[in-house]
Amino acid sequence: MLLIPCPHCGPRPEIEFRYAGEAHVARAADPGAVNDQDWAEYLYFRSNPKGIHFERWRHVSGCARFFNCVRDTVSDKILTTYPAGEKKPDLGTLMKEAGR
Amino acid sequence: MSLSLRTAKSGRINRKKPLSFRFDGQLYRAFEGDTLASGLLANGVHLMGRSFKYHRPRGLISAGSEEPNALVGVDRGNGRYTPNLRATQVELHDGLIAESQNSWPSLAYDVGEINNLLSPLFVAGFYYKTFMQPKQAWKNVYEPVIRRAAGLGKAATAADPDHYASRFAHCDVLVIGAGPAGLAAALAAAESGARVILCDEQNELGGSLLAELHATIDGVPAQTWLEQTLAALVAKSDTVTLLPRTQCFGYFAQNFLGLAERVTDHLAQPDPRLPRERLWQVRAKEVVIATGAHERPLVFPDNDRPGIMLADAARIFANRYGVRAGGRAVIATAHDSAYQAAIDLKAAGVTIAMIADLRKEANGPLPMAARAAGIHVETGTAITGSKGRLRVKAALVGKIGTDGEESVPCDLILMCGGWTPSVHLFSQSRGKLVFDEAKQVFVPGHSAQQERSVGACKGSETLIEALNEGFAAGRDAAEKAGFAKGKARKAKVSGVIEAHGGFLGAVPHGHDVNRVKAFVDFQNDVTAKDIKLATREGMHSIEHVKRYTTTGMATDQGKTSNMNALAIAAEALGKAIPAVGLTTFRQPYTPITFGTMAGHSRGDLFDPVRRTPMHGWAKAQGAKFEDVGLWKRAHYFPKAGEDLHAAVARECRIVRETAGLFDASTLGKIEVVGPDAAEFMNRLYTNPWSKLEVGRCRYGLMLNEAGFVMDDGVVGRISANRFHVTTTTGGAARVLNHMEDYLQTEFPELKVALTSTTEQWAVIAVQGPQARAIIATLVEGIDLANEAMPHMSVREGKICGVPTRLFRMSFTGELGFEVNVPADYGQAIWEAIWAEGEKHGAVAYGTEAMHVLRAEKGYIIVGQETDGTVTPHDLGLDWAIGKAKPDFVGKRSLTRVDLVKPDRQQLVGLLTVDSQIVLEEGAQVTLAANPPPGTSALGHVTSAYHSATLGHSIALAMVASGRARIGEVLHVPMPNGAIAVRVCEPIFYDKDGSRLNV
Amino acid sequence: MSDSMAMRRSVFDGMTPIRVEGKVTAASLPFAARFVFRGDAKAAAACSKAFGVTLPKTILQAASEDGRSALSLGPDEWLLIARDGEEAGIVAKIEKALAKIPHALVDVCHRNTAFTVTGAQAEALLASGCPLDLHETAFPVGMATRTLFAKADVILWRTGTNAFRVELWRSFVPFVWGILAEASRDF
Repeated sequence: MLLIPCPHCGPRPEIEFRYAGEAHVARAADPGAVNDQDWAEYLYFRSNPKGIHFERWRHVSGCARFFNCVRDTVSDKILTTYPAGEKKPDLGTLMKEAGR
Repeated sequence: MSLSLRTAKSGRINRKKPLSFRFDGQLYRAFEGDTLASGLLANGVHLMGRSFKYHRPRGLISAGSEEPNALVGVDRGNGRYTPNLRATQVELHDGLIAESQNSWPSLAYDVGEINNLLSPLFVAGFYYKTFMQPKQAWKNVYEPVIRRAAGLGKAATAADPDHYASRFAHCDVLVIGAGPAGLAAALAAAESGARVILCDEQNELGGSLLAELHATIDGVPAQTWLEQTLAALVAKSDTVTLLPRTQCFGYFAQNFLGLAERVTDHLAQPDPRLPRERLWQVRAKEVVIATGAHERPLVFPDNDRPGIMLADAARIFANRYGVRAGGRAVIATAHDSAYQAAIDLKAAGVTIAMIADLRKEANGPLPMAARAAGIHVETGTAITGSKGRLRVKAALVGKIGTDGEESVPCDLILMCGGWTPSVHLFSQSRGKLVFDEAKQVFVPGHSAQQERSVGACKGSETLIEALNEGFAAGRDAAEKAGFAKGKARKAKVSGVIEAHGGFLGAVPHGHDVNRVKAFVDFQNDVTAKDIKLATREGMHSIEHVKRYTTTGMATDQGKTSNMNALAIAAEALGKAIPAVGLTTFRQPYTPITFGTMAGHSRGDLFDPVRRTPMHGWAKAQGAKFEDVGLWKRAHYFPKAGEDLHAAVARECRIVRETAGLFDASTLGKIEVVGPDAAEFMNRLYTNPWSKLEVGRCRYGLMLNEAGFVMDDGVVGRISANRFHVTTTTGGAARVLNHMEDYLQTEFPELKVALTSTTEQWAVIAVQGPQARAIIATLVEGIDLANEAMPHMSVREGKICGVPTRLFRMSFTGELGFEVNVPADYGQAIWEAIWAEGEKHGAVAYGTEAMHVLRAEKGYIIVGQETDGTVTPHDLGLDWAIGKAKPDFVGKRSLTRVDLVKPDRQQLVGLLTVDSQIVLEEGAQVTLAANPPPGTSALGHVTSAYHSATLGHSIALAMVASGRARIGEVLHVPMPNGAIAVRVCEPIFYDKDGSRLNV
Repeated sequence: MSDSMAMRRSVFDGMTPIRVEGKVTAASLPFAARFVFRGDAKAAAACSKAFGVTLPKTILQAASEDGRSALSLGPDEWLLIARDGEEAGIVAKIEKALAKIPHALVDVCHRNTAFTVTGAQAEALLASGCPLDLHETAFPVGMATRTLFAKADVILWRTGTNAFRVELWRSFVPFVWGILAEASRDF
């Protein structure tokens, strides 16, 4: 069971959280202006990387907030978490901080 | 009891407390502190089991959890039967009943032994080769026969009468293994003030010290040091938890570890309040692994007869349990440690016929000491076989490189191929193993988590190393966990003699390799020949060799066999050992019970069972319940003699004629509050909300972003800034999560908050022509007249003196109200309304009648008519879409090419041509009565009932271009022939809705 | 008032108390007024005045004053608890004070119910279902948070070294109580 650092509550056990898919997949401000192909990409296409993944979690049995998390899908190590709406952190800086 | 097999004095058994136990029906005597293994050995019993495949007679080979042979079933009465327990771990208590496995009619005369003679058939991969033809025979002949023969032990069939406890635990330092290294680590960590858990799979903490007779630590005998150390740890019980009989079975992510504690199995009369076992789910800041090493068997022909065991196991039985495993022993070794066993056994009264050492020379201090003690040592000598059947009678030994072979009479052969560090948990932690060329063992390399290994499990060979590594690791772990660095300490050890050596692979011998069996994996009956065969047949990866031969599988997970198997495979493949690699070490380390995994989660406590405030009333009325999500809902209320159909027909009829009461409390409720509440609703639902007046309701339709219907429900506007939203019962949590997702991440600028009020309100639906009359006398402060409170409106007031949110709405097509009251009042208000209703002849109805009534009106149920691929247009719900709204979740998708195709499936009604046939939900709808194979269906039946009101069977269905087919006859093919149906509008009753507006 | 009290039923009716002498006790609490309050810092400040308890600014904290308490469960979420019967007064006062400040106040008096777990083994009994570290260094007196007990969401509030208050939705009471009762056999 992972220990996930909720940006509001601190490290908490994985069973308090619910996974919520890839992060930074922005919904267009005016969806009506998006063409079919781009809308399909938004709806259905995700990066699914082997390695560093920006993803969303919700601390559903805690503060109930959605937040973002940077996790290595190979080692399951979590590099950082930050509140929803914050800018995507720079991966290079994160890797340096993690000593990788 | 054969007293002659007990040593004169030594051991940790309590000779003042004799006890008796049964094995295969025979009564034996032993002492408190004995295991089943030592108790049987003390009675001269070596034959304890039959091997898995060949049914060869087997004795135990070890004294611990790595035991592959001596697997027994223990019967504790009342259905408490546990198979496949290692006799070496079963603690004896007075009256214990155990039995052997895998033999019939008896352990000594086992019919299955025929397999041993047929063994040429049973080579590696024999399943795959032998049972190929004819094809049909696999299913009808081979598989049933193999299934009967396969498997070890028999599972209990009765429900487990025991209960099991489960605890989460957190500590600064978890120490796994309470041998000298683990004890030292725990002591050092505890002295820093850290919260420490120390666990060990054995009944006593101490590990190798429990059988140590010669060493002194810090000037006192080892066992005295052990007592003092345990006393020091017990004195710190505020911060130190000691868990004997507790196996660490798995090492998971981020220092999360599973421990299984055996609580009562060792007790003759356990307190019934106690759980049988306890699962500890531990999160440790730092971990110290001190799991020791396993002695390796030697792979030589017929190395599996009862009376052949590991050398150190025999030493443990003598020193710890006071049992001589035999009278005359031949010791075959490639490691100095067997010499210590020889010295200790000789002192205990065992005659050592000879030590045959594979190594050319053995001149270390221990071999020299053995020689000095008068023990006959032959070096450059291999053990090449054994004689005997139910007990070994002689060992065959010969000089390596010669054909000569000597038969040495004995009743005990002790073998030692060296020691394999127990790296299972380290490997599970995803740490990288490295091969130590000098010691020829895999040892922990790079750590992936906050852990460190100490002592024999990292390849250290001496007591002083174990202690000092333990002290240092405990100190380091506590410091890393945030405690002040403790003072460094070093142990002083004397009295132990260093031991080195080791051998991997098959022992050389002059016999025909195709005619002998030299076992590598005792539990799975895998021989050296099988492994070589597997490599010849193309299995070049150790993972393939494992699966082809089954070596390293089953309950012991290769503890004694992995390294020898690997060495044999590596030699056959001409590769270095690290190049062939190890198989994955899987959890659990040794088997754990399902009971421990389940813990409290069984029976009524498996999942929460949610009941409404009126549940008790419905139960008292004899309602039958159905599960909807976690909820229990009243399904129908049968009167005496009524079945489901009769009850539902009556309930439906009375609702339409008079009125009915229905418990709608389980519907999800969400309070949407804030100045932007209406705007939020505009974006999350298809409907327009800005102009909905306070006090009015609207049917809300919710889509996911892909444009598919995900939920629906009636929404009431309580005030300008406050909406009372209802959801489906099963969708409540999903809808709130979906709303929160958009609010928090897409529309955070909206000033609105969401609160679940599902359980705040009990909801009593009163439906039917008399509904108003029934509640009229109870409601205060609300004008119920049609003009004052029209269909789809909501009012706040009181009923029977308690506050209510009263909705006028209908899911039946009749005049209807839904009375919301604070939940604790639910049952009292229900009873009050019921009392009024009875005066009018009203009925209580359940979910089944509710389904029929709504289907008659063509009201959909999300999840029944819809399956996640259905749009509002498919359902004919375009009227619920706010076309003027610039955006709402799902809007953009509704214009995607695939969502506007004319041949999409659409909701229609179906009337069977034969009015009395009720269709099956899920049945396919086709154009032809007997479509040729490969024809696509037009759609499927989503709901089907007998409508007592209409005297006709009715159905709803999703059918391609359905609305254009109204009036057509289609078919529903069934096993007994197709059923003709006529397509109609999806509404069967009161098409103009006049009954709603009265 | 007396009429409606007679009509009110507690979900704890008929449940056997949990008591292991000298070690741990779980006991239901009387009815209480409860609200979910949502809003930003400004709203919280105004609400603090109206409610009479300073809503904690730091998440996972509880504050109490004169029989009323406020638990901060999320960055903009508080659970307000007061004595049974005070509901109407609290609503009136808070809504008046925050008439011009965006906020949400929702009555959950009947949604939630509560019990206490007290005694030397309170922490250990709760650890049979709660995955959090409940040691006083990690979960000090005055801390409150939503978490899990087995498969049920609960709010756990440490009111003393050996005392916890558990708030939960009413229909989960039999499940949580059942596990606590079985787990208490181990003490």
